[in-house]
Amino acid sequence: MDEALKAHIEAEARLYERRSAACIEALKLVQRRNGWVDDENIREIAALLDMTPDEVDSVATFYNLVCRRPTGRHLIRICTSVSCWTLGCESLIAQLGIKPGETTADGRFTLLANQCLGACDHGPVLMIDDDLHRDVTPERLGEILAKYE
Amino acid sequence: MIDRPLTKNIRPDGPLGLAAYERAGGYEAVRLALKTLTPQEVTQRVKDANLRGRGGAGFPTGVKWSLVPMGPDAPRPKYLVVNGDEMEPGTFKDRLLLEGDPHLLVEGVILAAYAIQAEVAYVFLRGEYLVAQERVQRAIEEARAAGYIGENILGTGYDLDVHVHMSAGRYICGEETALINALEGKRGNPRAKPPFPQISGLWGKPTIVNNVETLCNLPNIIVHGADWFKGLSRTDNGGTKLYGVSGKAKRPGVWELPMGTTVREIIEDHAGGMRDGCALRGIIPGGASTDFLLPEHLDLQMDFDTVQQAGSRLGTGTMILLDDQTCPVGFILSLIRFFAHESCGWCTPCREGLPWVEKTLQAIEDGQGNVDDLAILDHHVKYLGPGLTFCALAPGAVAPLGSGLRYFREDFEKHIADKECPWKRTNRTEKG
Repeated sequence: MDEALKAHIEAEARLYERRSAACIEALKLVQRRNGWVDDENIREIAALLDMTPDEVDSVATFYNLVCRRPTGRHLIRICTSVSCWTLGCESLIAQLGIKPGETTADGRFTLLANQCLGACDHGPVLMIDDDLHRDVTPERLGEILAKYE
Repeated sequence: MIDRPLTKNIRPDGPLGLAAYERAGGYEAVRLALKTLTPQEVTQRVKDANLRGRGGAGFPTGVKWSLVPMGPDAPRPKYLVVNGDEMEPGTFKDRLLLEGDPHLLVEGVILAAYAIQAEVAYVFLRGEYLVAQERVQRAIEEARAAGYIGENILGTGYDLDVHVHMSAGRYICGEETALINALEGKRGNPRAKPPFPQISGLWGKPTIVNNVETLCNLPNIIVHGADWFKGLSRTDNGGTKLYGVSGKAKRPGVWELPMGTTVREIIEDHAGGMRDGCALRGIIPGGASTDFLLPEHLDLQMDFDTVQQAGSRLGTGTMILLDDQTCPVGFILSLIRFFAHESCGWCTPCREGLPWVEKTLQAIEDGQGNVDDLAILDHHVKYLGPGLTFCALAPGAVAPLGSGLRYFREDFEKHIADKECPWKRTNRTEKG
């Protein structure tokens, strides 16, 4: 963790009555920098926010958006909840050729099954990194993926 | 008079900035409330309007506020928390408000915070709502620069700070005590009630958690009053409601309509009816945790009391459609898979029961079910029901399961008897 990241976490900690409230944001900031959160990161965050490493890890392993394992260069979060399931998310997953939780052999994409993304009127939907893609069809999927190297 | 108070400012080209929002009458309610009304009078107006929580439970908002300790001896700071953890499958209404009119939410936050005399407000958003985060953050900054947030707001001596908290993805955080734990930087397990958050919430301080749509109703209630609000509705549950449709409708979407609009009008007039070649078989009326309704319920008025009388719940008002080209067992399996994954693991019936239900449904869907499985499912519906688990997650999970087993039992039985999913067989036959 460099000084800029520590300063960012420090600023978050000041928004709350207790510093430990910033640990979720800290985990996300580290992940944004490194792609995932490793054991060393857990210890660093704990030291910064007056927590034990186990406390931080109990939080890290609870939340869906925190990755405790390395990921590919891009994260695909495909909605598998009921509206997108009805509209064919399973055929998109089949087309991707990897199962949720797996990374492509070239390290380009990690696929995760995500809970409802709150865009059910435009299903099937998926997020790649920070971008939401709506009304995804098997025909459009290739063209969407091509934007992410 | 305004008839769409929640969405009147929403344009396809992005939300109104501060100046445009003010030109549209924005922050008039904050001026009115902070300069001329006491906190108790603000609460009374909301009680008179009988605004009921739009997050799903329908609890009267003013009554909820009135349980907060007031006066000089009340513990400080007090907190107002916005529940923007919209994660219930099939629910996409708060996204519209967060992205479409963030100043309306900020104004609602200031009014609610003033009513309970909170010093700090947090806008708790699900981690994936990044556009909402950016827009709400910008609205807060604009409101702060204009003196609506900060110290001595509009010269009234009232101080309020507002921050955005981005969550990291767990459905249970929509439950208010789990949300409070999440906001404290802990695992989002629900807390025992009592004590209720109004007495002991965030860091043990008095805390109100209100849904986004609930708060967005406040500015116009304060300016236009209870009678106007009640007059918007077709039933005695006041106001308008954001209603949504997803599934195989021609034009899925979300619309602000009078409270009490019928299921038929929402599906046929607004969502354009079912896609060609699809017939409606079932309706989950208000997000994944509500019981199925059937086509025979199409003329039901969508409000809290009427839907409850029909054996389901209005919930979030965003309905999911089951059509005849979709397997009801697979549909319910998708719902249960969500709830099993999102169980926080705190209490045993939910943690152990939901995965068992999921495995049983998966076996039936895969053609490996046996006749005893339906009894196992019925058993879980009974023992994961209301009052038998720590919080409402498991009872919500088994609501569509129990009603689905009742309404679509012959489909479950056919899977078991034929040892395959009839819908998968149809697909295979069509593909030759």
